[in-house]
Amino acid sequence: MTHRKIEELREKSAKARAGGGEKARARHVEAGKLLVRDRLTLLFDQGFDFEDGLLAGIHRDLPADAVVTCIGKVHGRDVAVIANDMTVKAGSWGHTTFLKITRLQDVAKEAGIPVVYLVDSAGARVDEQADSYLGRRAWGNIFYNQVVTSGIVPQVCALFGPSPAGAAYIPALCDLTIMVDKQATAMLGSPRMAKMTIGEDISEEELGGALMHCTVSGLGDVLVKTDAEAIAKVREYLSYLPSKWDDKPPQAASRPPKTLAKPLSEIIPSNQNLPYDVKLLIDGLVDEGSFFEVKALFAPELVTGLARLGGMPVGIVANNSKVKGGVLFVDTSDKATRFIWMCNAFNVPLLFLQDVSGYMIGSKMERAGIIRHGAKLLSAVCEATVPRISVAVRKGYGGGYVAMSGSSTHPDAMLALPTGMVGLVGPEAAINALYAKQVAEMPAEERDAFVKAKREEYAQDIHVMGMAADRFHVEAVVEAEHLRDELIARFRIYSRRPSPPLRRRGAVHQV
Amino acid sequence: MKKKQVLCTMAGTMWKVLVAPGDTVAAGDTVAILESMKMEIPIEAEIGGTVDTIDAPEGTVIDEGAPVLTLR
Repeated sequence: MTHRKIEELREKSAKARAGGGEKARARHVEAGKLLVRDRLTLLFDQGFDFEDGLLAGIHRDLPADAVVTCIGKVHGRDVAVIANDMTVKAGSWGHTTFLKITRLQDVAKEAGIPVVYLVDSAGARVDEQADSYLGRRAWGNIFYNQVVTSGIVPQVCALFGPSPAGAAYIPALCDLTIMVDKQATAMLGSPRMAKMTIGEDISEEELGGALMHCTVSGLGDVLVKTDAEAIAKVREYLSYLPSKWDDKPPQAASRPPKTLAKPLSEIIPSNQNLPYDVKLLIDGLVDEGSFFEVKALFAPELVTGLARLGGMPVGIVANNSKVKGGVLFVDTSDKATRFIWMCNAFNVPLLFLQDVSGYMIGSKMERAGIIRHGAKLLSAVCEATVPRISVAVRKGYGGGYVAMSGSSTHPDAMLALPTGMVGLVGPEAAINALYAKQVAEMPAEERDAFVKAKREEYAQDIHVMGMAADRFHVEAVVEAEHLRDELIARFRIYSRRPSPPLRRRGAVHQV
Repeated sequence: MKKKQVLCTMAGTMWKVLVAPGDTVAAGDTVAILESMKMEIPIEAEIGGTVDTIDAPEGTVIDEGAPVLTLR
């Protein structure tokens, strides 16, 4: 009897571990995708430690009910993983799928360990809605759990295939979503529904493909080519973060920055209007190979990413004058805000690299709500209580200076390079505002010389070594070549500052 | 068929057009420089081809998404 039961357990477990039928598995692999348990093997250091509900669905011929929920180690630290099995009923959610997912969410939150979602699912099963849709214990709990867990433990999603309708909120509610190009999709309504409802002819890829989400909608944070690359990115991302919000991020060994072709002082043009690629400056500052860019393809006029400075994780927010002059738009604000929220939630110090002439103007921008978006970014910056340093790399004008963690938003330090120039407006606009009438009244041949002289005088004034340094509006003016060491030393000190206590239910943020 | 055009990435004033009709451009080439928000913003061709017409000559006030030049 006992022996028979052991045999039965082994048989059923093996069947459940195999996943879907042979045909479904073959189709999955032919499409260039990894089977769910192969994904898990790549993700964990060495297999997982335990799994819940392996035998769920076994009597209904639904191995593991289309989801593997387990806990294992990534870089030696415990991580909870919820992984859809596309080969079982297209990875769809039934009632026991839901029970398994929510159980592991609870365990992860209580234990204080990150949750990784490996998503590849056709979404909820209509034929199981009676028990799973409307009530207090229903699919919506998955989103509820993600929301109340946000900012407590890291939540990261790798999207390998579809995530239609409701399922699209799993990536949306994670802190970071990695998408596999040409495989991942997220959409509320399918192309068929779009055709029926609004007469739109559109392919799945154009409607909700990974490339669209990583470049246009902003739902995707990192675009990769293969399943294996997506998993490597999950591992890399987690290496910058603590397991839970009140821990410090893990330190790594310090590495010198990449050797650049030219010194930083020659890379950064002193002509404020000339664009250059701020990623070169980032390369020159951070530990070599440590830059993990977030939303590289979305709103590239601003660069966001995690990196290490002397082994210490930091989040970088940098205006990139190479794209659209580095000007701030509505998408730029969305990108910066969410990144700041993520860093602040998980104790990652923030470094701002300012080079911005302001927010974009014009009726199109006003109608798009540029003021709302600017207010949202301001809220994120002012509420960030992690160690925060802002550097005036070049210009910081108007709202751009304040939004990029200017002195008035209480960073731990406001630094500047010798190329820094901070003021309410730039020289051109200032002279126009101050002397327009006087210029109009003077003889035509005198105008150019007068305007030029006044602009130069004003530029001297707003240069960081003018009033900003004299009145101690900046903590220090630092040569680009010395900035890395200065940042490491300052972050080390500011990291000792206790975080202020939380004293309200929540602010009323613009969005 | 959709016209092969280089579109303006943001609103501003066309400052310098670096190519002329008949010139060959490759994807990634800087074809013009826009002035906007006090910045000199290079406009790059996303696709290659031969310049047919300059749609935004120097001095043109141009909107985001408007054609800078047409290729053939």
